[in-house]
Amino acid sequence: METSQSGAVQGQYQLSHLRAIEAQSIHIIREVAAEFERPVLLFSGGKDSVIMLRLAQKAFAPGRIPFPVMHIDTGHNFPEVLEFRDRMVADLGATLVVASVQESIDAGRSTEETGTDPSRNRLQTRTLLDAITDQKFDAVFGGARRDEEKARAKERVYSFRDEFGQWDPKNQRPELWSLYNGRHHGGEHIRVFPISDWTELDVWQYIGEENLDLPTIYYSHQREVFVRDGMLISTGPYVHPRAGEEVFEETVRYRTVGDMTCTGAVESTASTVEEIIIEVAASRLTERGATRADDRVSEAAMEDRKREGYF
Amino acid sequence: MELLRFATAGSVDDGKSTLIGRLLYDSKAIFEDQLEAVERVSIQRGNDYTDLALLTDGLRAEREQGITIDVAYRYFATPARKFIIADTPGHVQYTRNMVTGNSTADLTMVLVDARMGIVEQTRRHAFLASLLRVPHLLVCINKMDLVNYDQEVFDRICAEFTAFASRLDVADLTFIPISALKGDNVVTRSTNMDWYQGTSLLHHLETVYIASDRNLIDPRMPVQWVVRPHAAEYHDYRGYAGRIDGGVFRPGDEVLILPSGLTTTIAGIDTFEGPVEEAFAPMSVTMRLADNIDISRGDMICRPHNKPVVGQDLEAMVCWMTDKPLKVGDFMMLKHTTRWVKAVVRDLHYRLDVNTLHRDEGATTLTLNEVGRVALRVTQPLFYDPYRRNRQTGSFILADEGSNITAGAGMLLRPN
Repeated sequence: METSQSGAVQGQYQLSHLRAIEAQSIHIIREVAAEFERPVLLFSGGKDSVIMLRLAQKAFAPGRIPFPVMHIDTGHNFPEVLEFRDRMVADLGATLVVASVQESIDAGRSTEETGTDPSRNRLQTRTLLDAITDQKFDAVFGGARRDEEKARAKERVYSFRDEFGQWDPKNQRPELWSLYNGRHHGGEHIRVFPISDWTELDVWQYIGEENLDLPTIYYSHQREVFVRDGMLISTGPYVHPRAGEEVFEETVRYRTVGDMTCTGAVESTASTVEEIIIEVAASRLTERGATRADDRVSEAAMEDRKREGYF
Repeated sequence: MELLRFATAGSVDDGKSTLIGRLLYDSKAIFEDQLEAVERVSIQRGNDYTDLALLTDGLRAEREQGITIDVAYRYFATPARKFIIADTPGHVQYTRNMVTGNSTADLTMVLVDARMGIVEQTRRHAFLASLLRVPHLLVCINKMDLVNYDQEVFDRICAEFTAFASRLDVADLTFIPISALKGDNVVTRSTNMDWYQGTSLLHHLETVYIASDRNLIDPRMPVQWVVRPHAAEYHDYRGYAGRIDGGVFRPGDEVLILPSGLTTTIAGIDTFEGPVEEAFAPMSVTMRLADNIDISRGDMICRPHNKPVVGQDLEAMVCWMTDKPLKVGDFMMLKHTTRWVKAVVRDLHYRLDVNTLHRDEGATTLTLNEVGRVALRVTQPLFYDPYRRNRQTGSFILADEGSNITAGAGMLLRPN
């Protein structure tokens, strides 16, 4: 039996696991577009949001994606990622909304953390919630996956947020079959996670099968780094090595893309998708455990931030 | 590689966490940082063992109370299949979580402590799996090491369970004697139970035949979205996007549209990659039709000689999921396939005891975690199949009109 979806068919009338989760994600994205007034898709330039954009493109082809794309700009981005974001959005003809953490600070809505190399990770929440309110978004797509982190493993595909943007993990709506309940009152919204069931390995296999373009920092390159809290942190305009933190050049790549201040690189020579798949399959550390200082604050760091309205 | 979704339910004592931990660890789905975190917390608590339940108990309240209160989804893969586990607590107060986990499962794994035999919880798990029409039921008789790997114990439990299961609707029932702690029959065949001729647990999960579990007979596509590109090159394009919920559709097929009752033929089935020659569940596609007829979200595309039931008076088994009880006369919102309609409860025929299967015909309410047979009337006809024939077109959820919370889950029966 032939179909044009490469790798789609296992036996007769059987989808491969990647095509099955792809079909599920497309179904979710279409439900949201149909049932909400103003959805928006969060796009960071990271690999998960690249997949989200491709799925949205597939859901409505040959039509255009019927909602805007929003970037929460911390001002601490990797320059390679910003360049990539602008190119992707232009290629798709999508509308880009940029919500700026710097503007939130300037407007007195947020206060910069003190100390050297302050992280703006937590400040993103205020900027995001303000943008949701200002633009009256009622559904916000995110690329979070349940295999990333244990609080996320408990979150629904449709995650209800109250008028303060808060998540109440003990009071979530049951989610059965593929019947999603997006009903909400004015001022409340739903965060939607269409790739909840994807794993890091699925993501890379899909990037390989679909031949998706990614920011260059995901692939092996030379970079000036120093060690902080056991992670390789890149030098740059927002991060400065402290006394005793020795800068050296290393062959690295990034497994996740966040702020320069809190995202660590991993030593790697993997320069192609195929090499990364081999590396991910053999890895003994989760991607967030290996590379994210923001999750290391405490055992419930992610749950606490999510309660406040974080992604 | 195929995908298998399985649900499991259980309590602290029956070894479920140990078993899942072992499956994840042996398939390298547990990472060192996760294991270190779990070991650290186990030591802090003064446990003398590594409590693998901490891996799945993701919420602060769960860790503090040492219980699982919600459905946790875990992922692992072997070279044969990718697995999604819906891991739920087993106590009766979490019936709604078990119903949720089973709703999408291809297989349900029930754990039995070999020393205890069949207990109330075993019967409840098996009943909920059959209520949710999970196609495969796997009963793992665990802790065989503690009964000297005795075949008689295994045989006795199998016989008792089989007798009970005959009262249920179980299509495929498998028993495996295991020791999750010692690893017997988990990944590889045990040498301690030569009398057991079957496969290991993992091998069963890798090979159980699931391809025929979907409905490939009755063509159904609820319309989700109408694709109308506002671009010059697609000026006249009009496509109906949706997920195939049953059967197989091919270009050239004659189709019937509900509720209009009009017929036309499929001009093409499109995907992002281009047109396809056939579409089957659970593919998400976009259909083009030969005639320009008015179709919108909530309509159903089927075949003229294979139509779903069309009706406003519904009979269903309902699991109630919220504190405010269901009673006759209540109004609520109902979501079925791609449409929301208003519904009123016309009758509560009986409440079913999920432990004994006893029918209480005098019941006047369904409270949290209770299951009963309910008659509903909806404002517009639904296009549905009995749940036992199609889990997608035969299911619905109920939402409270005021609070919007998901209050109930329903499985449609053939109309009276």
